[in-house]
Amino acid sequence: MAETTLTHIGRTGPRPAGWQGIAADWSSDQRAFKNVSWGKAMMWIFLLSDTFIFGCFLLSYMTDRISTRVPWPNPSEVFALRIGGSDIPLILIAIMTFVLISSSGTMAMAVNFGYRRDRRKTAVLLLLTAALGATFVGMQAFEWTKLITEGVRPWGNPWGAAQFGASFFMITGFHGTHVSIGVIFLIIVARKVWRGDYDVGRPGFFTSRRGRYENVEIMGLYWHFVDLVWVFIFAFFYLW
Amino acid sequence: MAEATANGLGQHTLDSARTHDATATSVTPTEVHQEHPIKLYLVVWAWLFILSTCSYLVDYFGLHGYLRWSLILIFMILKAGLIVAIFMHMAWERLALTYAIILPPVLVLVFVTLMVFEADYTLLTRMAFFGAGP
Repeated sequence: MAETTLTHIGRTGPRPAGWQGIAADWSSDQRAFKNVSWGKAMMWIFLLSDTFIFGCFLLSYMTDRISTRVPWPNPSEVFALRIGGSDIPLILIAIMTFVLISSSGTMAMAVNFGYRRDRRKTAVLLLLTAALGATFVGMQAFEWTKLITEGVRPWGNPWGAAQFGASFFMITGFHGTHVSIGVIFLIIVARKVWRGDYDVGRPGFFTSRRGRYENVEIMGLYWHFVDLVWVFIFAFFYLW
Repeated sequence: MAEATANGLGQHTLDSARTHDATATSVTPTEVHQEHPIKLYLVVWAWLFILSTCSYLVDYFGLHGYLRWSLILIFMILKAGLIVAIFMHMAWERLALTYAIILPPVLVLVFVTLMVFEADYTLLTRMAFFGAGP
């Protein structure tokens, strides 16, 4: 019974590659993403929409910065820290970058150990990722505090164009929110891995779908995306 | 009964069909698990560190003008490419998914071009009405 109905979905044999593969995969009223589960495909589509959100933030920042007559504050000096009697430019931001990249590295390895069904290592690496993410948020809170005490507000700052504060708080604030939500989800997924939910296929309490180790990879997609956004923020907001 | 549910093409029915019947795997292409050697991730991790250091050094040495901007963009694109391709496994996905996800954000560049013109116009108007800065 089941076999006869499932033949609707696709035919046996290797599928064409390249451009022909795109046309063949998308056409004939069939499932477009052949070897990707819906969970993963939907996470990708969510990330695509999130890309547009951050794209619009960076776009409005670009528009503000081009259109102002007042000189833009020099980020190299604004974000400098005084360590050992000398100002080191952007040092906190550089450390934050390395922390976030490291968390991406541990996340990638957690996904790997998940598929090898190494429960303990996966959970530990997930918690390590969450800890690095929390460190990042903590450093961002420090940076916000420093700038606010120096007089940066969304409507003005002591060094130049008033739009600087609005762009800074909006972009880094939204990114920090993403990191915080990611940390919460990492802890939830780590708990499930630790408890062995994905080994026995225990249903999630919200979706009631059977848990699989692919959930770790989907979580990883979100986390790497947060790192990816930071790459762009670092380049355009802090370095430009 | 089974036909009625399987025609809905829900993921749940696909999953249960696959576990019930081994032949189903030959009918539906199986979902591929992304498993790669740990060494690959460590190498990419190291490269991301190197590239981040390079982009930080651009600021540290105070490079200016087109050299600065082009270096920032090159390091940014290399880092983003490594993260998407290796860490997010896009390099091993089928092209249908890759193009569906990568192409739309590239089209944002059209929006960027529009806003560059718009911002230039705003700046010119501001200078015409308020003078060349305080």
